[in-house]
Parts: sequence; structure tokens; C-alpha cells
Amino acid sequence: MALESLSRIVTVAGKESRHIRRDPLSLAMLLGVPGMMVVLYGFALNFDVKNIALAISDRDQSEASRSIAASFTHSGYFVLKRFSAASLDLEALMKRREATAILVVPEGFGETVAAGRRAELQLLLDGSNSNTATTALNYASALVGDANERLLARRAERAPPIQLRPRVWYNPELESSHFLVPGLMGFILMITSVVATALSVVREKERGTMEQIRLAPLRMGELIAGKTLPYLFLSLVASAIILVVARAVFGVSVRGSYTELFAATTLYLTGALGWGLFVSTLATTQQQAFQIAMLSSMLPAVLLSGFVFPIRSMPVLMQYVSYAVPARYYLVVSRGIILKGSSITLYPRELLLLLAYTVVVLTLATVGLRRKAS
Amino acid sequence: MEPAVRVDDLTKRFGSFVAVDRVSFRVEPGEIFGFLGSNGAGKTTTIRVLCGLLPPTSGAAEVLGIDVAKDPDAVKRRIGYMSQRFSLYEDLTPLENLTFYGGVYGLEGAELAWRREWAVETAGLAGRERVLTRELPGGIRQRLALASALLHAPRVVFLDEPTGGVDPLSRRRFWSIIEDLSSSGVTVFVTTHYMDEAERCGRLALMHAGKLLALGSLSELRSVFEDRLVLEVRTEALQETLAILESQDWVDDVSVFGSALHVIAAAKPDPLPRVEALLRGFAPSRVRRVLPSLEDVFIHSIEKNRGA
Repeated sequence: MALESLSRIVTVAGKESRHIRRDPLSLAMLLGVPGMMVVLYGFALNFDVKNIALAISDRDQSEASRSIAASFTHSGYFVLKRFSAASLDLEALMKRREATAILVVPEGFGETVAAGRRAELQLLLDGSNSNTATTALNYASALVGDANERLLARRAERAPPIQLRPRVWYNPELESSHFLVPGLMGFILMITSVVATALSVVREKERGTMEQIRLAPLRMGELIAGKTLPYLFLSLVASAIILVVARAVFGVSVRGSYTELFAATTLYLTGALGWGLFVSTLATTQQQAFQIAMLSSMLPAVLLSGFVFPIRSMPVLMQYVSYAVPARYYLVVSRGIILKGSSITLYPRELLLLLAYTVVVLTLATVGLRRKAS
Repeated sequence: MEPAVRVDDLTKRFGSFVAVDRVSFRVEPGEIFGFLGSNGAGKTTTIRVLCGLLPPTSGAAEVLGIDVAKDPDAVKRRIGYMSQRFSLYEDLTPLENLTFYGGVYGLEGAELAWRREWAVETAGLAGRERVLTRELPGGIRQRLALASALLHAPRVVFLDEPTGGVDPLSRRRFWSIIEDLSSSGVTVFVTTHYMDEAERCGRLALMHAGKLLALGSLSELRSVFEDRLVLEVRTEALQETLAILESQDWVDDVSVFGSALHVIAAAKPDPLPRVEALLRGFAPSRVRRVLPSLEDVFIHSIEKNRGA
């Protein structure tokens, strides 16, 4: 009985593989698009803020004012676009987008500092891109903090009592592309596998072959296994392609075990394929299936997985919703294995939740497909 | 001998809609059993129940002695099914299609090879086994679909409007396969709209609005006309003629058949001169007596049923 079942699964999988081979365009999409998307997104989704356009209006022209201006221009974060000893038309500069940040050193700055009193600096930021503005503000605060430290040290002629020496691990250059690759893998695999499986089932409904299959002594589980296996294999190949591209283009290599990474990826993909099957029970045309599959896989994987936006900074409701997004768990595991070289055994909770998601989705798909049958 | 299909008081409801309403009949082994009725009459639902796809709401349905409600999988293994949308994968070759359908029915090795050969011969596609199915002519595709449905040598075959949209020559070849099946003892359960196909059926069942209206051979069904006859009226003024004829109390029924009218009336006194006299001077028309067609039988059965 089990052997018969296996042979029926192999029959369905063989047929499905032939469909894929006869359709080179879809095959190219499944295998080529993920690698291409990694390159595109890797470059486009660059969160590193560098070369912020800076204008300086130094009305003081003292040693102290020159020193603070130099610390900004030499920091590497800012690029000096305009410098003026007189007052600048600040509003015009910002409106013309010539400067994102404007540092204004008021007259008497040097004297006040020398006198040991509290001196003020003004920093104007273009807040229309809040991300960049926040980063620029952080850089500026750090630079001013450094300057304060130096001044205090000189006055007291000894080192300040506490000094922070930050060191970043796992991604020491704070390159966002490193951070993005595991997330992109989760996101891209989700889309391609959900879309591919949903379409493969709905295509059979449209052609009327689904009815014929249902009349055959084929169990729903056998049909589902036979249909998903070829796509699981293809998606694993696509994962390998993503890793190769990420290494060649961004120099991101897997620090942990490949076996463990592929084991976690297989679990994640099985859930994704199950979701694709479930989507196929909701749609009657390929176009519908494509739209539902795209929306339901892409949006949560981008917005609610922690791929782009940290889950902790989401509204509480969204945080709860994110528990139902498998990419959330996969991301933790794949970031751990790829960036930190962690062992898969460190993530029992994430793996268990991924497994739970997979079981729930496959059950829903089986029930849905069965109900469609009657 | 045990009947191939036994249906007793079968009812299938979808919510408040009664698709099949207390239908009973038997089909003997080797019989070609025709199922007639308009769309929505309940034919396809009955077939789906018999194939183990839908559980009956009440009543019993047995195929080859197996209760379809109790063991639908056992029924599925023993029957063949083919619908109007011949369910072949057009991007696969005929051989690949046959291998797939053989595989899901558990055929393998020498048995699969032998059945595939049989199917290729039956479909008449020798030499084209490796062409993509979508490139085959409609008639061959349809015979290939039938052969796929017969690959596992089922004892009962359900054909749901299998010859829709196929040329007459292909239809004739298709029916010669069906007759071969029947003479080798396979029961064929077929729905059709075509008169020539109904004539090849041993018995016919007429369904309307979920009910079984009449059951018997074509000549038996025609016998509802024993004291009546059917006149064909060809005229330019179709609607007006229809209205005039309908208002006559000696006319049982008038219906439009393409560009002509069919009038059903008592055989005595001869209605032909009465119709001619009625229409003379009104519109140029030709009246002649015709054999009751399947549609006449059908319409008359509905009328009779309504009266009862």
C-alpha cells in the first residue's frame, strides 16, 4: 500500500517535471529571477548613509569653530558642499536640495568655549527622508560628543572617566547588503515558490485535468506531494544560486553549516509551497492565482518579517500579526547561520514555529482541495 | 446477473436546490446506456455521484456491486471517466499522457507497456506518439482521451458528452470503439444530445429538472406517440403561425425546431389537412408528417409529466 502510494507520488512528480521542462520561460523565471533580484535589491535597498551633503555657515571663524567644522568634513559621513563665513540663505539651500544638513556656528562660539561656558551649535536637517536625517543626527551627536570629550580632557589635563569603544560583530563594516542577503533569500524564495505552485494547480483546474485526476484513485496527499516535490527541488537550486550570487557580488559567505542552512530552507520552502497550494483553492483563474499569490507572499515577507523594518518597532497589533509570517522565523535562523555561523540547534523555537506553520498550511491546503472536489 | 449500475431513489441536494430528485434505474453489464436531458437536468450530477465524487444526499447508488457512498475509492479504481473537455495535458506527448494516467491507476512495467500500445492503436495515432498533444487533430485527441480513460481496463465507463464539438466522421469512429467495448462486456454510460448517438444506445433515460421522465429503448420512448403524430411546418411567418396553431384546442403541442415548427396532435382525425386548411391564405407553408425526433419525445414527456 505504501509502495503503491510512493509510485503514484513519483508518477505525479514526473508529470509535473515534464510540464516544467516544456515551459522554459517559467523555468528561467524560477531559477534566474532570484539571482537577479538579489543583485537589484542588494544595490537598491542600501540603508548605509554616507556622503550626506553638508553646508557650513561659520560666522565665528575662530580656532574652535574651524576645529568643529573640520571634524564634520573629515568624518567620512559628510561631504562639504558649501562653506561660508557669512550667513547663508538656509532655506533656499535646503529647498534646492543642495544640502541635507547645515551646520551653523554662531558668532562668539570660540570665546564662549574658551571661557568655559556652554556654547551652542545649530544643526539643520532635511527631514523629508527621516531615515537619512536620523542617521545624520546620530553622526553629528557623536562628532560633537567627541569634541566635548577632547575639550574636557584638555581642560582637566586628564582623560575622561568613561569612554565608549564600540565594536560591531558579525557585520563589522555595517554593510546593509550583508544584513539583507538572508532576508532577500527568504523573501524571494517565498514569492517564487508560492506563485509557482499556485499556478500549477490552477492551470489544471482551468484545463479540466483536475477533474480527471480527482476521478483517479489518487489521494489528495499523494497529489500534493507529487506536485510540490519538483518545485521544492527547483527552489533549493534557486537558493544555491542566490548564495553564489551574494558571494560573488557582495562578498557575503555562509559562516555556518550549509547542510543546516539547507535543512532550515527546506522546512521554510515546504511551508511556502503549502501556502501556494492553499492559494490555489481560493482562485479559479491563473490571473487571480498570480495576484493572490504575489500579494499574500510578498507583502508579509517584506513588511512583517523583520527583513526591512525591525519587528520591535512595529505597532503592537502588527507584531502579533508577524507571528503568522514564516519569513520572520526563517530570517532569524538564516541570519544566524549565514552571518554569525551559529548552529541550527540555537533556534529550537523558530524551527518549531516554522514546522507548526508548515503543518497548519498543508492541512488547510488538503482540506481546501478536498472540499473543492465535492 | 448483478447489474453494473444500480440506482435506488437517489437524491442529491445542494443547499435547497434539488439537483437529482429520487431517481431509480438499473444498467446491465455490457449495455450502452444513454442519458439525455438539457443542461442542468441533473445528468452530470448523477454521473458525479456514480463516480464517487459526490456523496448522495439520500437513496442508494451502487456500481459493480460497490456502494459509492461507502467506498468511493474502490469505485474509482474500477471505472473509467471521460468528459467533453478531454482531459489531456496538451504540453505533454500522447505517450507521456498515457504513462501518467496509467501510473495513477497503478499500472507499471509490461502491463503499462501493453495497455499503452493498445491505446495508441485504438486512438489511431501510430507514428504520432511523440508529438505534443496540442498539435494533434481534435478527433485523435478525443479518441486518445477515451483510450486514457480505458487504460486500466475498467468494467464500467462514464462518458459525459464525449463527442461535443467533433466532426461527424470522428464521431462515427468514436462510436465504433464504444460498440466494441460493449460487445466485450464493458458497460457504457453516455450522455448525448445527438439523435444518431441515441439510436446506438440500448436504452435511454430522459432527465428533466432532476427527475427521470422516461426510460426505455428509442422505439419504446417513441411509443408515447402511439395515438399521436408529429407534423413539420415550414413557413416564413414562424411566430404568427406558432401563435395560431397554439390557440387550436385539437393541437397538443407546438414547438420551434430550427427554422420549422413541430406540431403534435391526435392521429385521428388526420390533422394534416386541418393544419393546411388553417394556414391556407395566411402564409405560404409546407406541412408534412415526420417521425418523432428525440426532442419531440423529450418535449412531449415533459408536457405529459407536467399534466400528471
